[in-house]
Amino acid sequence: MKAVIPLSAAHDSLSPHIGGKATALAHLFKNGFPVPDAIFISTQLYHAFLDQGGVRERIAMELNRKNLNEMRWEEIWDTALRIRHIFLTTPFPDPLRQALANSIEAYFGHKAVVVRSSGAGEDSPATSFAGLHESYVNLQGTDSILEHIRLVWASLWSDRALLYRRELGLDIASSAMAVVVQEIVAGECSGVIFSQNPNDSSQSVIEAVHGLNQGLVDGTVAPDRWLLERSSGRLIQHLSVPRKHYLVPSATGVHLTPLPPPKTRSPPLNEARVQQVFALAQQAEAVFGVPQDVEWTFRGDHLYLLQSRPITKLAQDASEDKRPWYLSLHRSFENLEALRFNIEQQWLPAMDEEAARLAEENLAPLSNGDLAQAISHRNQIYEKWRSVYWEEFIPFAHAIRLFGQFYNDTIQPENPDEFYKLLKTTDMLSLKRNQMLTQMADYIRSQPQLATALQQGNDYPVDQVLLTKVDDFLREFSGLSWKDSPCFPNREAVLRVLSKMLPNPSKGENQKIDNTTQLTEWFLSHYEGEQRIFAGKLLALARASYRLRDDDNIFLGKIEAQVIRALEEGRRRLKERIPFDPQRLTSNDLVRMLREPDFIPKKRRSKKKTIFSSPLKARQIIGQPASAGVAFGKARVLKKTADLFQFEAGEILICEAIDPNMTFIVPLAAGIVECRGGMLIHGAIIAREYGIPCVTGIGKATSRIHTGDRVTVDGYLGIVTLG
Amino acid sequence: MKETAQILNTIQELLSSQKLAVLGTQDRGQPWGSLVAFVSTPDLKHLTFATPRSTRKYDYLAKDSRVSMVIDNRENLARDFHAAMAVTAIGQAAEIESQEAQALTELYLDKHPYLKNFLASPSCALVKIRVKKYSLVRRFQEVMEVYLE
Repeated sequence: MKAVIPLSAAHDSLSPHIGGKATALAHLFKNGFPVPDAIFISTQLYHAFLDQGGVRERIAMELNRKNLNEMRWEEIWDTALRIRHIFLTTPFPDPLRQALANSIEAYFGHKAVVVRSSGAGEDSPATSFAGLHESYVNLQGTDSILEHIRLVWASLWSDRALLYRRELGLDIASSAMAVVVQEIVAGECSGVIFSQNPNDSSQSVIEAVHGLNQGLVDGTVAPDRWLLERSSGRLIQHLSVPRKHYLVPSATGVHLTPLPPPKTRSPPLNEARVQQVFALAQQAEAVFGVPQDVEWTFRGDHLYLLQSRPITKLAQDASEDKRPWYLSLHRSFENLEALRFNIEQQWLPAMDEEAARLAEENLAPLSNGDLAQAISHRNQIYEKWRSVYWEEFIPFAHAIRLFGQFYNDTIQPENPDEFYKLLKTTDMLSLKRNQMLTQMADYIRSQPQLATALQQGNDYPVDQVLLTKVDDFLREFSGLSWKDSPCFPNREAVLRVLSKMLPNPSKGENQKIDNTTQLTEWFLSHYEGEQRIFAGKLLALARASYRLRDDDNIFLGKIEAQVIRALEEGRRRLKERIPFDPQRLTSNDLVRMLREPDFIPKKRRSKKKTIFSSPLKARQIIGQPASAGVAFGKARVLKKTADLFQFEAGEILICEAIDPNMTFIVPLAAGIVECRGGMLIHGAIIAREYGIPCVTGIGKATSRIHTGDRVTVDGYLGIVTLG
Repeated sequence: MKETAQILNTIQELLSSQKLAVLGTQDRGQPWGSLVAFVSTPDLKHLTFATPRSTRKYDYLAKDSRVSMVIDNRENLARDFHAAMAVTAIGQAAEIESQEAQALTELYLDKHPYLKNFLASPSCALVKIRVKKYSLVRRFQEVMEVYLE
């Protein structure tokens, strides 16, 4: 079998080697459909690429760092990013490159092309990888086409593709990818048609946009929509949308541009063309024997069929189709810009306002019944904001991914995580809070007597300047809480933390190299013209996203603090009636006690402690490298609020996840180990800011590691060694 | 001389064909074995492997540089008893100095390209064993020894 197969020479029996998309195109071509000329790069070349330079084993090693089923999406994204980088930085072996270059030049010369994925061996009536793998539009020149072939191969290992295969239980290691290189047909209007509407089997549905189809497929441009009677083609409904932009070919790739005014007023298709598209889909369905999802474009008066695939069973039962969720992991720049606007202009100010309003409420005069009502109400408010957090704030993290991908594609650094250095910033709220603590510690150091008194744990030092600073701090941050308890209930708690900071003046300082402007300039110097403008905008968006990864937790924390304030008031009132530690009383029981004077809650059973010592001990645990460096020290496992105040400078911080409300302890730590995994989690971000070695994704860190254990944290390799 | 050359040739082929070896170190008399990815220099005088510095093997060889390394081609089949070969190398281990690191890194990555990121980590040490003696075992119990020093 040839490694590169022209459209005219392909046939159904090659399907395992050229993938579903290519096979369908060949089938359509043989049946006289107007499909653009194309060549298919078989999986044989994909395997040849994997077998040189250790690529196959490097991918396998990345995927086997941890059990994929135990990875969070952030970890899977990190893994996918590293795998993508392997493809980007591994050159084609010479014979392979030559073979491909000859074919591309022979078939396309200087013509622009589209490079599309054509997944092999995974299509089934129940699965659809449509949209999960990459396609690249308007590429010119052999080098650019070759580079994008590698990127299409890499998209087999994208986080959304990995997650989807995990969900379906497919064997990830046996996947392979063929590629379609297709002459571009830059149509004036384009779209998709489902010959059978997934939501109503009696209808067909057409979606169309001005310009290229990519705008519709990636969700950047909202389409007009037509519903037709499937049996007759009769128009049932035309749903029009505000038409603002369209996607057009640019010098390199495509770009979004405002629609000229006349086009904003006219739908992309007239009625005659709607019928032409409908007829095309009917014919495709007749050829394949099952309803089709067809991509098409009009150039002049000619209608072209770009690709056609069967509508899967899953798509017919929309409630079971998980693909949309995985597709939502991929967001366009425009979509993220809109998200940023909403978060910064709408959600965060509203959260601040809500927290301030709740803080003003005086709870003391309330009757017990009213206090119960207030607690329930506050819980509801908190839950409302938690869902906003998940639905709006979490997706915004994808701006960091988008930037990382752009950076790696265009700069191709040695280290795939290099782009993080451009995102480091000092204006995160939790760091500002830490700076206040650092300044107080600096002041104490300048007063030797005061420093000695504090370190010896003597009674309160009477130093009016310090106490004023402490009160200022408390005014701003007394609401901080962790594990349902306030972190700084009084001056003493602040002074206790300050006393721990005294021996290590450098530890409390932000180690960020103040070269943001230089770094930005250096980054932008790689681009020119439109691309430079885009790079600047993308960097600004990613920085906002990085900052918000931290700040949004703090805003949510402010609301949570108001729930805790009401709970504390309830616990204070019921102290005499609670037959156990009031902190262990659940919110529901507290509310019930306030409402029912006779109700006595049952003590929650604590987990049985194992009385025998296990013969199994972890010596070395693999997680995710999250902040570079190596640290060695005694472990301090944080499980409850009191543990925070036991923390000694130079210890290794072990916890489930660093909550932004406990970031004040971080500068004291020599190293950090977290159960939660990924480069984008709060703890990893803060660790990088302070230059503290950090390993995340150590699943059972808080049970496998004990306070006092000697621990080495290797933040380069993501290894934690005990003993 | 001819027989020595043949034995060395056999050892060279075995070392080239295998990716993994068992490194032997010791801690206060307690032996310790570790599986490592290795490469040998063309003259067979040195064996090289990589390890994070936080491991036991690194700790032990830092305290006592006398080490052994076992390389074999067994397939976990009955025929191993007559067909498998094993080489035990005895020598002295030392972390590679920066001036010779580049050549040995290239040699190592040529054999183990998938360990590029691992080796690039500042926490990873490249260790060289200066081999004093090879002991080749084949035909179940035939043992031949070659002294390099």
